[in-house]
Amino acid sequence: MTFELLLVPAAGLFCTGLFGALSQQSIVMVMMGIELMIGGIIVAAADFWHFLAPAAASGQVVIVAAVVAMAVEMAMGFAVTTALYRARQVDMTDMAEDLKG
Amino acid sequence: MGATATVLLWASALLAPAFGVLVFTMNSMARVTFALLACLVCVGGIVTVLGLSYLGVVIVLMMVMEMVIMAVFMIAYMMNPAGLMPMSMLHNRRGALVISGSLFAALVAGIFLVPWPERGGARPRNTTFQIGAALMREQMLTMITLGFVLLATMVGATVLATRRGRYDRFGDELDQRPARDPAGGGVGR
Amino acid sequence: MVEAGAWWTVLAAPAILFGLAGLAVVGDAALDARGAGRPLTPGTAVRPLLAVSRALLAQPRRLPAPDRLLWRAGVITVPVAAVLSTLVIPFGGHVVADLSVGVVWFNAMEALTWAGLWLAGWGPNAAFSLIGGYRFLAQGLAYELPLMFALISAATGARSLRVTDIAAAQHGLWYAVWMPFALLVHLAAVLAFSFLGPFAYPAGRDIAGGVLGETSGADRLLLQAGRWLWLAAGAAMAVPLFLGGGAGPGLPAWAWSLVKTLLVLGLLVWVSRRLPVIRADRYVELAWVVLLPPAVLQVLVPALVDLNL
Repeated sequence: MTFELLLVPAAGLFCTGLFGALSQQSIVMVMMGIELMIGGIIVAAADFWHFLAPAAASGQVVIVAAVVAMAVEMAMGFAVTTALYRARQVDMTDMAEDLKG
Repeated sequence: MGATATVLLWASALLAPAFGVLVFTMNSMARVTFALLACLVCVGGIVTVLGLSYLGVVIVLMMVMEMVIMAVFMIAYMMNPAGLMPMSMLHNRRGALVISGSLFAALVAGIFLVPWPERGGARPRNTTFQIGAALMREQMLTMITLGFVLLATMVGATVLATRRGRYDRFGDELDQRPARDPAGGGVGR
Repeated sequence: MVEAGAWWTVLAAPAILFGLAGLAVVGDAALDARGAGRPLTPGTAVRPLLAVSRALLAQPRRLPAPDRLLWRAGVITVPVAAVLSTLVIPFGGHVVADLSVGVVWFNAMEALTWAGLWLAGWGPNAAFSLIGGYRFLAQGLAYELPLMFALISAATGARSLRVTDIAAAQHGLWYAVWMPFALLVHLAAVLAFSFLGPFAYPAGRDIAGGVLGETSGADRLLLQAGRWLWLAAGAAMAVPLFLGGGAGPGLPAWAWSLVKTLLVLGLLVWVSRRLPVIRADRYVELAWVVLLPPAVLQVLVPALVDLNL
């Protein structure tokens, strides 16, 4: 039962992050939402590894990939925000919607 | 799992979503950042308690550094860093709530309805060795890809974030020495 | 040989750490007195420790609109992280928690100081204090990468992240002998994360004390204690990593650990008084351009030796 119960906070983290990524206007806050979503994925991956397939190393590899995704997301996010801010003093998603279809 | 580990596990599992909610409810950008840090430290704690001590401690180590750097950017770019005037900066709040809420309901329903398989295989004695061996043997391609992704990120982020190129530093003929830099460094000047 | 987690080690490890930090403070005061030409009396040694009672009795300074929660959290984090880092450091034949990832644990606790000091700079709602916090981050970005490679060198040599394994793997030949550069980088980083001596930039006199500037009373005491506790913890960590742990002829293991730690600590206190303060922007370039390539090569040495075994 621990396995299922532990997946609930993982889903909670993911959905809290999703809410933030969808609703926040500031780009930096959107990035925080994405970090939370990846945090949820990490908890779920550790849970799956521990309770379902501890002999397979792939569960751990998923966590490594998620951590790398976090680092990449943050570095590129800040780089884009800096470039955007430099070009037009903007740090909100609503003010950078030129490509909105 | 011993009693201490169980208590740690459930404490972290309850605190992590709580801190996650605080991220989007607090006003001060510094507090928001450190709420996210606390949340991710709890995630690291869960991973550690589940037997992946190396990955768990590395997550804590990395997230502390990442969030402190994030705090610097937050305060640089947000208009209300200290949260002295409460304000809301949301768009499409209802839609976002509906989407994330229904996704959560669907996920929880899935968690309890899916017939999960039984545990397969035994836990290795040394989980750190398991991940190291996997990354250096059968998952070598993953490791190489991650390495290139990180390299591309370093180059790309630097290119995006910097305004000055080599012509700004060394002049039009690239012959100006020393380089015209806004801040001096410690080597060779 | 090394037994972990006897109940009294939980009390002994912080006690030893506090003792070492106190000795470092006393030694620093003694060197101060000698530099000023004052006679060395027991009073000179005890005077800095009297500051403890003075700090506890002092009236705390009140500031307009401080972020009290984050300030407290930051001020407490620094000494607590220093104490937690000693959980994995073997002292003679004993260690509090013989974690299989001890080296990473030490590194993670040291990274917590980043958060703690930045928060200590942010909390008081004062410009110079915040600049001090930013300065520590810049310094942290500089010293962290070479430090990580230095720690990895020792771990690679022993083929283990467990600190007791690393100490035990140095039978006969200390890692300091064939990884001298890693030891040097580690010692420099110890001074940097305890922001003492040449790395006192975050608490610089040019910004009125920086992170320490607005603190008073118990807060100031905790931050200052955190500094010296980190110096002691870093010196203690250098012993199992590079100086063979408790190994040595004649004396028991704990005595050798103590002697080696005291020697490293004394060296650090002496060196920290000999060097001028280095600005973080200068040290970043030095650390990344000069120190980092040899640090990577230093990891290559034990890796090649391991392959040969």
